[in-house]
Amino acid sequence: MNPKPLTLKILDLVSIVLLFAAAYLAIVVAPTEKVMGDVQRVFYFHVGTAWVALIGFVFTAVLSVIYLVTKNLKWDRIQVAAVEVSVVFFLTTIILGSIWARPAWNTWWTWDPRLTTAAIAELIYIAYFMLRQGIDDPDKRARFGAVYALIGGLSAPITFFAIRLFRTIHPVVIAGANAEAEGNFSMSGDMLTAFFFALFAFTVIFIDLFWNRIRLGEFQNEVEELKLKASY
Amino acid sequence: MKKTIDDGRQTIDNRQRMVNRDNQWSIANGQSSASFVKAIGAIVWKDLRAEFRSWELISAMLVFSLLVILIFNFALELDVKTRQSVTAGVLWATFAFAGTLGLNRSMAIEKDRGCLDGLLLAPVDRSVIYFGKFFSNLAFMLIVEAIVLPVYSVLYNTNLFQPGLLLVILLGSVGYTSIGTLLATMSVQTRTRDILLPILLFPVVFAVLLAAVKASGGLLDNSTFADVSFSINLLITYDVIFIAASFMLFDAIVEE
Repeated sequence: MNPKPLTLKILDLVSIVLLFAAAYLAIVVAPTEKVMGDVQRVFYFHVGTAWVALIGFVFTAVLSVIYLVTKNLKWDRIQVAAVEVSVVFFLTTIILGSIWARPAWNTWWTWDPRLTTAAIAELIYIAYFMLRQGIDDPDKRARFGAVYALIGGLSAPITFFAIRLFRTIHPVVIAGANAEAEGNFSMSGDMLTAFFFALFAFTVIFIDLFWNRIRLGEFQNEVEELKLKASY
Repeated sequence: MKKTIDDGRQTIDNRQRMVNRDNQWSIANGQSSASFVKAIGAIVWKDLRAEFRSWELISAMLVFSLLVILIFNFALELDVKTRQSVTAGVLWATFAFAGTLGLNRSMAIEKDRGCLDGLLLAPVDRSVIYFGKFFSNLAFMLIVEAIVLPVYSVLYNTNLFQPGLLLVILLGSVGYTSIGTLLATMSVQTRTRDILLPILLFPVVFAVLLAAVKASGGLLDNSTFADVSFSINLLITYDVIFIAASFMLFDAIVEE
């Protein structure tokens, strides 16, 4: 059992500090939005968590390919960590978005393309864990997990495109505008600061949790091997 | 002493036979894709023959489909007005549910009695097994659909036999079974197999079902073919993507 590396310990602390700093910027420093009021402050964390979760999912698909080519279980452990942390962040995104949507769209949920795709993606990665749970052999588990994660990663953009058949009301704040969006706004100076700081903070927090989860996976692996040894 | 020599000879003979067989196979492989098609045909033929003797799978899918329609009838109050807007949805939900039943059973039969191992031992490319199972699953699904459609037409006095709609049903079924065959092969190898397939399959195949419902709904609503051509093009794209992905990934899920 190797002790926690110093870098990771420092990163843990930095993550906590950054989380509070991001919260301070979002709640105190950033100005109140004219139309929506305080509820718009959800936006900073909503985009922050979505950003890291999506990067995590893309990374997952890449790891699938790496595992299927190399067949090294190390990549599988990294993939599990990536999926698990991303799923939690993505769920946070959905819940935060829902809190914002209640006053802005007057409903907790609507079957908008982005929302539907988000729900489907979340379900795919939950199914990923259910699939893994049903398999005992580590190699098979890793192979099936990689295949399913790859198909999931492939189908998420496809789903998004399919639902584009219908119109969307989700605001597009960054890059481009959606004329039919409800709850659109543009960001002023302090808002941009809070926004980019939140992105940065969540990136660091993600890396920290990801690293911790990979370590946890390695310990799990060690425990499994010790159990196997003990049973002989 | 003689026995050992004989044994040795036999081993050599066996080896020679295997080499010959391998050579034959590679020659056949080199010759044309005819043997590839023939091998796929053999698997489909095996499945269809087994099915036409027992009628296990199709009868289960069929009865289940009719029950689903019955439930929808009372859950949605399918009167003339509602029917207009929900027929496409009811049909595709029925096909999707019945489809998981068939896919699960079709792969479970292979797994349970070690038939899958037998198939894997056959000196053919793994993709042959995938396409064989894909085509037989597709055949089962189309047979069930071919019975459900007239029944639905009679029950609700609507004509579902429009060429456009049949094309959409074919394309949707191809997309559904292509990825379904891959995921069913995976799910039957797990402990929780009976409950796992729909959970794995539905979120992935959602896009296909959506495009299919959209296209069928449009056609039933008397839209022209050009109006729904976008959905149909999407369906074709998804079919190609899913078949290609399954073709490439099938190797990884059957290797032991």
